[in-house]
Amino acid sequence: MNIDLTDTTSARINSALVQARRSTGTPATGMVLTLVIVTDEGNHYDALKAASEASKEHPSRNLVVIKRPGRSPRDRKMARLDAEVRVGGETGTGETVLLRLHGELANHAHSVVLPLLLPDAPVVVWWPEDAPENPSEDLLGQLAQRRITDAQATEDPVATLGLRADTYTPGDTDLAWTRITPWRSVLAAALDQKHSPISSATVEGEAYNPSSELLALWLAERLRVPVDRQVSDGPGLTAVRLETADGEICLDRANGSLAELAMPGQPDRHVALQRREMSELIAEELRRLDPDEMYASAVKFGVSKLGKAATATHASAPKPGDGHGNGQARPVPAPPKHKPEGKAEGKAADA
Amino acid sequence: MTTSSNPLRDPRDRRLPRIAGPSGLVIFGVTGDLSRKKLMPAVYDLANRGLLPPGFSLVGFARRDWADEDFAQVVHDAVKEHARTPFREEVWQQLAEGFRFVPGDFSDDEAFKTLRSTIEELDKARGTGGNFAFYLSVPPKFFPTVVQQLKKHGLSNGPGDSWRRAVIEKPFGHNLESAEELNQVVHEVFRPSDVFRIDHYLGKETVQNILALRFANTMFEPIWNRSYVDHVQITMAEDIGIGGRAGYYDGIGSARDVIQNHLLQLLALTAMEEPASFEADALVTEKLKALRAVKLPRELGKHTVRGQYAHGWQGGEEVLGYLEEEGIDPHSKTDTFAAIKVEIDNRRWAGVPFYLRTGKRLGRRVTEIAVVFQRAPHSPFDTTDTQELGENALVIRVQPDEGVTIRFGSKVPGTSMEIRDVTMDFAYGESFTESSPEAYERLLLDVLLGDANLFPRHQEVEQSWRILDPIEEYWDKHGKPEQYTAGTWGPKAADQMLARDGRSWRRP
Repeated sequence: MNIDLTDTTSARINSALVQARRSTGTPATGMVLTLVIVTDEGNHYDALKAASEASKEHPSRNLVVIKRPGRSPRDRKMARLDAEVRVGGETGTGETVLLRLHGELANHAHSVVLPLLLPDAPVVVWWPEDAPENPSEDLLGQLAQRRITDAQATEDPVATLGLRADTYTPGDTDLAWTRITPWRSVLAAALDQKHSPISSATVEGEAYNPSSELLALWLAERLRVPVDRQVSDGPGLTAVRLETADGEICLDRANGSLAELAMPGQPDRHVALQRREMSELIAEELRRLDPDEMYASAVKFGVSKLGKAATATHASAPKPGDGHGNGQARPVPAPPKHKPEGKAEGKAADA
Repeated sequence: MTTSSNPLRDPRDRRLPRIAGPSGLVIFGVTGDLSRKKLMPAVYDLANRGLLPPGFSLVGFARRDWADEDFAQVVHDAVKEHARTPFREEVWQQLAEGFRFVPGDFSDDEAFKTLRSTIEELDKARGTGGNFAFYLSVPPKFFPTVVQQLKKHGLSNGPGDSWRRAVIEKPFGHNLESAEELNQVVHEVFRPSDVFRIDHYLGKETVQNILALRFANTMFEPIWNRSYVDHVQITMAEDIGIGGRAGYYDGIGSARDVIQNHLLQLLALTAMEEPASFEADALVTEKLKALRAVKLPRELGKHTVRGQYAHGWQGGEEVLGYLEEEGIDPHSKTDTFAAIKVEIDNRRWAGVPFYLRTGKRLGRRVTEIAVVFQRAPHSPFDTTDTQELGENALVIRVQPDEGVTIRFGSKVPGTSMEIRDVTMDFAYGESFTESSPEAYERLLLDVLLGDANLFPRHQEVEQSWRILDPIEEYWDKHGKPEQYTAGTWGPKAADQMLARDGRSWRRP
């Protein structure tokens, strides 16, 4: 059921939630977390759709914060909170509250959100785009155990990764990292088998695809070998090649869904590596709420490395004790002034 | 292939799933119901979730004149109809390349030669590395033939350090003697650690959750003993009759079919002490200890009940009685309902009865474990105030609607002091259905990974028969099953059995 509230307060929204729950006949709240989505009028529909899908796996209270600071000075001075409470029906298993913050109130979103958080349950904040520079210092970000950003939705994804590394705080995570989980699991499974030592690696993928960079950084950090990043036509990530003495271990996905795994001395095999929906990415993010240390070490490994990539120079790997010498990162072209085309599609698309 | 040697693996990397190494699965009796409804969809769902190794191969073996393509079509239909996850062409394509079919009889040497060459071909073409699991989805009378054939044709041992595993389904015998015989037959060919006995209940999330509930929390374990628990009821009820399984069911009965394996396993998990770790060996040690401490009541006649469903109406449908079912001897003494009382003779549980019951054509399909607590030793309230207050209970709902319910007393709003039962509910099933894997998915994956945690070992199977055998022997000699109307909760004697102890069955 839907309850619309105009010019309201958090307390009134809370009682509307109780009322909605009563009237749908489900007074028990089995919700496991509060998901705060910070977005704007133009993007909230897609984000909420993904979150509602994900809430089938993780019953949650979704708070959608829509900021409407207004254009004219008069609009900006006033402050009004409009809310829409949705319980049951198409909203998944949890509850959803759309919060429209008008005028001055847009700068005080945390004051609206704080009273609406579920008691005791973890809080996750997700910025589908326009994440703050330092999520953990953001007033909403401070309420959360887990802060989800999406480098792919930014103007300059690669530079964003550097920013994420600089401001990393335990609990930060990025959907560009989530997108490469299937790639990482197939590669890890491939290396579970006997193979000769790896001397270098190459990651091929579309330009402005931060997932390719992250995968390269992860490989460089784990394998301690030079890793090349090459630009291909996509879609998304297209191939990972690991050089060994016996030949190449290659995971190649040209068409965006079915990949081929080639290992020396073994027949080539097909692996399904489909690009996942946003809802699946969010569901994966919500599965574990502890700090993602692997993401931290991968993204941090890249700070200096990405810097070098941008200036197109080869330099020695930044980590001491790296027996393999140079870490190379193939430069990516200078970021364009505008986002790459097909942004809306790219948002949901996998690496 | 240890994880420590793989630089891409890190225990802190919790996103990476466990993917089985290169391997294949051979299903004997691939045309059966279980194979079509459970195994094939489970294989697809695993592939869809990216948990099967690239190159995974599925070999069907049955007496059918099929080519590989016909087999692929059968799997395709089964997957479309029964798979849990949506059908995706690229996953199917990846999987279908590894389908092979070997036609033949279990006694047919030629067929097993073909099977051997098929496996060798797969190792070459698909890189399965000689690792194969043989799933014996066939009646137990064929087990000796099949395992001997596997041995004879050198299929029970893989080349080099590859593995060969056998997967078998219940019934694991019909008494201790036959179970030991069966184990001997299988162990002659496969090492005990390579034999996986499927008890699909153990693959269910809720059953695994029993361990989490008990050992990851602090609030339940302190009261999980004779000082607080009054008794435990473990129920597995089915609303269906025997259907087309007359041949299998008659002469076996519900106690052998359900109590011996599922219910005693649930009892072991409920009653066992904390294992030293969650390794298969540590778990089996604790489960065995609990099962070995099980003591039967002295007067079996008073504390065990069996019944047969009679003609009646169930859920709006008229249904046949057991003796009227097709293929059943009208004088059959087979039980379709069984209830027994056991005690566990150890410090934790002495004096706490465990009531186990199972039956067909009962009120509804439900499996649950109810831990019923003692009443408060003293109540400051008048008896009239607490008249409607039952005993506190913690109920683990295994299926359907998986979850946990806690029942306790609460004041009814109003000016008078009146206390009534209320429940607090954790709905596992409802909230997590979308991601909760089928039991067979989990178990098949564990077989391929070689993880034996969720599989009963032969010692447990044999110990369970030691518990049930005396009851079956007593039933053989005394009386016959009482008739109960289909769609009810069993014969009156079952209610009397608990009434004798001053208790009553929960209506699940």
